[in-house]
Order: sequence, then structure tokens, then C-alpha cells
Amino acid sequence: MAHKAQTQSNRVEVTGAQSLILALEAVGADTVFGLPGGAILPAYDPLLDSTTVRHILVRHEQGAGHAAEGYAAATGKVGVCMATSGPGATNLVTPIADAYMDSVPIVAITGQVSSRAIGTDAFQEADIRGITMPITKHNYLVTNADDIPRVIAEAFHIAATGRPGPVLVDIAKDALQSKTTFVWPPRVSLPGYHPVIKPHAKQIREAARLIQAARRPVLYVGGGVIRAHAAEDLAAFVAATGIPVVTTLMARGAFPDSHQLHLGMPGMHGSVAAVTALQKSDLLITLGARFDDRVTGELKSFAPDAKVIHADIDPAEISKNRVADVPIVGDAKAIIADLTTAVTSGEYQADPAAYQAWRETTIGWKSTFPVGYSAPSSDALMPQYVIERLGAIAGPEAVYVPGVGQHQMWAAQFIRYERPMAFANSGGLGTMGYSVPAAMGAKVAEPDRTVWAIDGDGCFQMTNQELATCVINNIPIKIAVINNSSLGMVRQWQTLFYNERYSNTDLHTSVGMRVPDFVKLAEAYGCVGLRCESPDDVDATITKAMEINDVPVLIDFVVERDAMVWPMVAAGVSNDLIQIAKDTAPQWDREESEAMEQDLDADHDGIPSGSHRPETTA
Amino acid sequence: MSTHTLSVLVEDKPGVLARISALFSRRGFNIISLAVGPTEHPDVSRMTVVVDVEELPLEQVTKQLNKLVEVLKVVELDRDSSIQRQIVLVKIRADAHTRSQVLEIVQLFRAKVVDVTPEAISVEATGNVDKIHDLLELLEPYGVKELVQSGVVALGRGSRSITDRALRTA
Repeated sequence: MAHKAQTQSNRVEVTGAQSLILALEAVGADTVFGLPGGAILPAYDPLLDSTTVRHILVRHEQGAGHAAEGYAAATGKVGVCMATSGPGATNLVTPIADAYMDSVPIVAITGQVSSRAIGTDAFQEADIRGITMPITKHNYLVTNADDIPRVIAEAFHIAATGRPGPVLVDIAKDALQSKTTFVWPPRVSLPGYHPVIKPHAKQIREAARLIQAARRPVLYVGGGVIRAHAAEDLAAFVAATGIPVVTTLMARGAFPDSHQLHLGMPGMHGSVAAVTALQKSDLLITLGARFDDRVTGELKSFAPDAKVIHADIDPAEISKNRVADVPIVGDAKAIIADLTTAVTSGEYQADPAAYQAWRETTIGWKSTFPVGYSAPSSDALMPQYVIERLGAIAGPEAVYVPGVGQHQMWAAQFIRYERPMAFANSGGLGTMGYSVPAAMGAKVAEPDRTVWAIDGDGCFQMTNQELATCVINNIPIKIAVINNSSLGMVRQWQTLFYNERYSNTDLHTSVGMRVPDFVKLAEAYGCVGLRCESPDDVDATITKAMEINDVPVLIDFVVERDAMVWPMVAAGVSNDLIQIAKDTAPQWDREESEAMEQDLDADHDGIPSGSHRPETTA
Repeated sequence: MSTHTLSVLVEDKPGVLARISALFSRRGFNIISLAVGPTEHPDVSRMTVVVDVEELPLEQVTKQLNKLVEVLKVVELDRDSSIQRQIVLVKIRADAHTRSQVLEIVQLFRAKVVDVTPEAISVEATGNVDKIHDLLELLEPYGVKELVQSGVVALGRGSRSITDRALRTA
């Protein structure tokens, strides 16, 4: 554990509350996002005197939770949020669930009613430990002040190590108020917690054997590679083998988008090249990914001919959805490094030339079916264009934090990510409202980087109150509201699957009415508000926003509401049925495709050719 | 579906039972019986969980249990290589007319009469799931007035101890 041990005065007589703040200082927490209330009040008093822990007062506890997530996602460090008992704590439930799904290391500290009152339905009492049991990696209820340093040390350790995740520490008010001795480092006791870091050599050899034998391998890269800080190791593995890469939504930036062998994002809104490469692969080298339904589509027809190497730090992910031929439990960084050694020397040395035909085929798909969008019929402003320009102007060093929905998919598709932690989003839970507070947290963690919240008009209205937090605490994030006056993704499904019956998806934020007026709203908060309604003004408006660095800037991009996210694999169907636009499947060159498959199958696994040809019906 | 008996060694801390039972329900696993109690180690409790699952989901539930910070060890106890027992207390309608027949069944199963009234007999029986099932089936025609069963507890046969091994690696 990486605590800064306090050599001087490591035993001091204090209150539980002081012990908590000393423990936070000792574990190296520099920022806490929170909002006080009755039960947590004792902790806020010594917090006022801390010189190393900065507390940022949010306007809603959900904002504190997402800010802690954004802080963690941008740096890999543990994010911290704090709230009072009852409603304060329950307001943290959504970000905690979000962090659990996306393996984000955060520690949530909540006040609890006095231990004597627990169970009596006291004012602002909620069993937050019970509530968060299924959505935390671990959680605590502390009723004895002496336990505070140990629990804080354990909480940070558990949140950050193994598969990262949220840990909640609920502390009774009387524990905060009573006298105790602060001892650091505390005696940590976690006899049941032993994450496996180092992969098993036998599994590495077995994986290398499959890699050597494969002819159509694909690296299926998930968020675990980013959490493990393994992007450089991945790049080295690709350089050594020449195996094509796909990066999931959670892994955007784990491998540079500019690399020729990067086929894009797989899944429901993935690129044709990425989706098809997985479907036709004979070996998935799965690194820190979890065969999520948004990636696999209909599970039984996913990558039907592929053997599976599944590397993950969480043994429970392996063979959960798709049975692995070679399971490898361990840290992605260690695994990729060991795999690179195994395929570059010794018995199972891989020959990059063996994948040459496959490489050319996949790169061919990439150029034949680039991710694009149809030009507007009029001079309407296309949301994809806005996001594409935003990425081009702000560049790869910026941090991009979308909300959830169409704009999130476009942010994943049209911004080119060149480094890990440049993209933070709500992948697993799909939490609307993530963007503004998470961008705020990322900016606090990375003050020298430009941080763009890319939000929808629906998402933005869920958490925009944190603009006040940003203005008052000098956190100059930039917000691009992709305003299509609708709950856009829901509207897209209504267009495609509900006969264009737009039930309750019109938000009136630009079409017909402007409620609210986002520019005025931004100004009311003390931000700069800009509006852009024409493609001709996009670059100039973004450039202007880039020049304002003393206050938050919001741009209201009034965009075409009928724009849709493509490609798309409809929910629950096979990835073979990917569509590149409405009712349009990719047109394959049948002869070429068959020739390639016969070729490859002849010298490999003998699977009859043509059995996994994509649908050619348009 | 098939039944499996899992021995789960856990730290004796508040809330650990809730955590484990919640995990089973959240992941959609059906618990047939659950027994919890202290062990020879003061800080360790042992749960015996009988679940009804196929092989692959069983692997998943075992892995999920192992992820819980307070879980020290999960062992599946095979029926053939373990001793599995449960206890049942059952109150049977038995008057002067039927009492001797009921007592005969009780003796056959080496069960014990623990309470007698003119209208009823209360019986305590210990055994594996099959024995208890057979006993109850035979008693059923006389009229079961009340029935309570413990969960199964199980112990591996032989000289080895799963608690020793768990605590050594812990």
C-alpha cells in the first residue's frame, strides 16, 4: 500500500472526525468532492483546517460522486466523495453504481446517524451500507472511532488494487465525535483479499501457442488495459506481432486511433471493420474486456469461429459470458509484457507474416467502410461534424467527457484518441448526467489539460447545477451541448423500431421553444455562453471557447435532430447483421471474401468456407 | 439442475450473511438451504450453502463469492467424500391409537422423541437429506402439525481441514 507514513507523531489523541481527516491526508487524498449535512458535520470541522485535502463543495451529491469518478478516470488515482446520511448518501448511489460497472476506483465517505439511533428510523437515516452492498467492491459501517484509520487505509487499498472499484465508508456520527487515538500506519487486516497480479506461466505459454497457430487473430481490448496503465505494453505487443486491434468504448485511447492496425470500436455502434474482424476472427486475444452484450450482440453468434484467450484481473469475468479456451488471471500490464516475451522468443514465436493476408483484409474493410455520416440535406448543422471538429481543434492532449446517448457514441467514433485517459465516460451503467460533474473532476485532477464535457441537451439538464461549483472553485471546463432538442438516442430507436412515434422524447430546447436557453443559463452561472447554429461557425466558435481559460465556457450547438448513430447492430441480434445506415448492410465483394476464407481455412482449422459470410441482403 | 454443497469460510463480521445471501439473489442463484455458525477459530464463521445450479453457473457463483472481501475460502463438498447432516424437529399428530406406530418409525430412523402430549409427539432427527426426506415421508400420513429444519452442515471426510488451509494462506 502506498501510504505516506507519518513518521512524526504517529499516535495522537484526536476526535474520530480529526482521525478521518488525518487518515485522508495520510493516504494521499488531495481532493474531496462533497456536501455537508447533519451526520457528517463533525468531519467538516477539521476538514476546514486541512492544508493538503481540498474540499470542493458541490451542488448535488450525485455531482460529487461523478466528479470523484472523473478525477479517477483522468489520473488512475482514487477519487473521493463525501456526503451526509440518508438523502446525501442515497444521492451517491447512482455514481457508486456507475463506478462499480466501469471499475472506477473511488472511496465514498458518508455520515450515518449516531450508533444508538441506527435502526430506529431516525431523521435522515438510511441503511446505505445495505443499499450499496451489490454496487460496491466492498463497504463498511464504522461505529467505533478507533477503527477509522484502518478502515480508510483498507478502503483506499481495495478501491485501487485488483479490479478497481468503489468502496463506501459509512461512519456513525458518535464515532466522529468521540475521542480516539490516531495511529498511522494502522494494522490492515484483509485475510480474504488477494488479487492475483502475476499471470501463470503455463497459461501464457498456452496463449502464445494459440497466437502462433492463429491466422485471423484480433486483440479485443477493454478498459482493463487503461486501468492497468498497460497502453505502452499493448503497443509493443502489436509492434511485435502485427495483430489488428479493436478498442471497446471503455478502452478508447488504449491504442492510438492513428495506428493503421486499429480497426476502431466494436459493438452496437462499432465500426464495420472492428465488428466484422471479431466476427470472422479465429482467435480473440481478449485483454481486460468482459464480453458485454453491447459488444457481442447476440452471444451465440458472436465470433463463432474464434478460440478465446481471456485475460482479466477478475477471475469472475472469465467464462462468465463466453467460455475461454485459455483463461489468464492477472494484471493486464504483466500479462501483455509476458505475452510479448512469449511470442517474440522461444517455442511459440509468432511470425507477423502469418497474419499478413488477414491484416490486409481488415485494413481493407477499414478503408471500404469508414465510420462516416451522410451530408445534411440542407445547411443543417450535423452533430457528427461538430464533434469531429471539436476533436480536431482541441487535439489528443485534451480530455473528453461525454454524457450518455447519441453524442457519447459520436464522441467515441469521431474524436481520434491517441492516449489513455483522454476519454472518460459512463459505459456500463449508461448514466445520463455523468458529463458535467465528471469533466469537473477530471479538470481538478488535470488542471493543465483542456477538458471538454460533450453533453446532450437531456443529460446536461440532469447535472448542470455543477456549473456553479466550477465557476466558484475556478474549474474552467468547456461544455459542448449537442442540442438536438430531444432525448436523441431514444428518439433514434423510436424512428427505427416504433414507427416514428415520438413518445416523450421532445425536450423543447431548440425546436420551437428554447426551454431553457442554454446560453442564458450559462451566463446566469457566470460562465461564458456561446451559440452555434451553422456549420460555417463551428471552427470559429470552438476556437473562441479554446481561448477562454478563466471561466467555464458553454457552447450551445443547435444540431439536426434527425441525425442517427451508424453503424448499428440492433439489440439482441447477431453482429453479422450490422447496418451502416438505415436498411443498408455493407456490400461485400463476395468472390474476394470467399477466396480469402478458403485460403485461410485451408491451412488452419478446416472450417468450411462461407459459413460465416456476412449477410449480403441490402 | 443439480444440487451442490458449498462450504464458505468467512470473517465473522456484521453484515457478512446479508452480503452473501444478497449475492446469491442478485446473481439469480437459488439457495436450497443455508446454515451459519462459528468455527474452531474465533474470528471465522462457516456457512454451508446448498444451491441448485448447473456446472458453469456454479463456477460463476464460486468466483463471485471469492471476490467478496470477507470471504476467506469457498470449497465445494462432494456428497461422497463429505459428511452432510441436517436436523429436523417435527410435531406429529399421535393419539393412543397411533402413537406406537409413530414410535416404531422414529426408532427405525434412530430419531428421538423430545416431547409427548396426549395428541402429539415431537420428534428430533438428524441425518443427511435423503434420510430426513424418507422419515418425513413415512410420518406424513399421521399428520404433520409443525415442521422446522436446519440447513445442511457439512464436513469433508478424512484428516484434512479446510479451515487450517484457508487460514494459512490468509
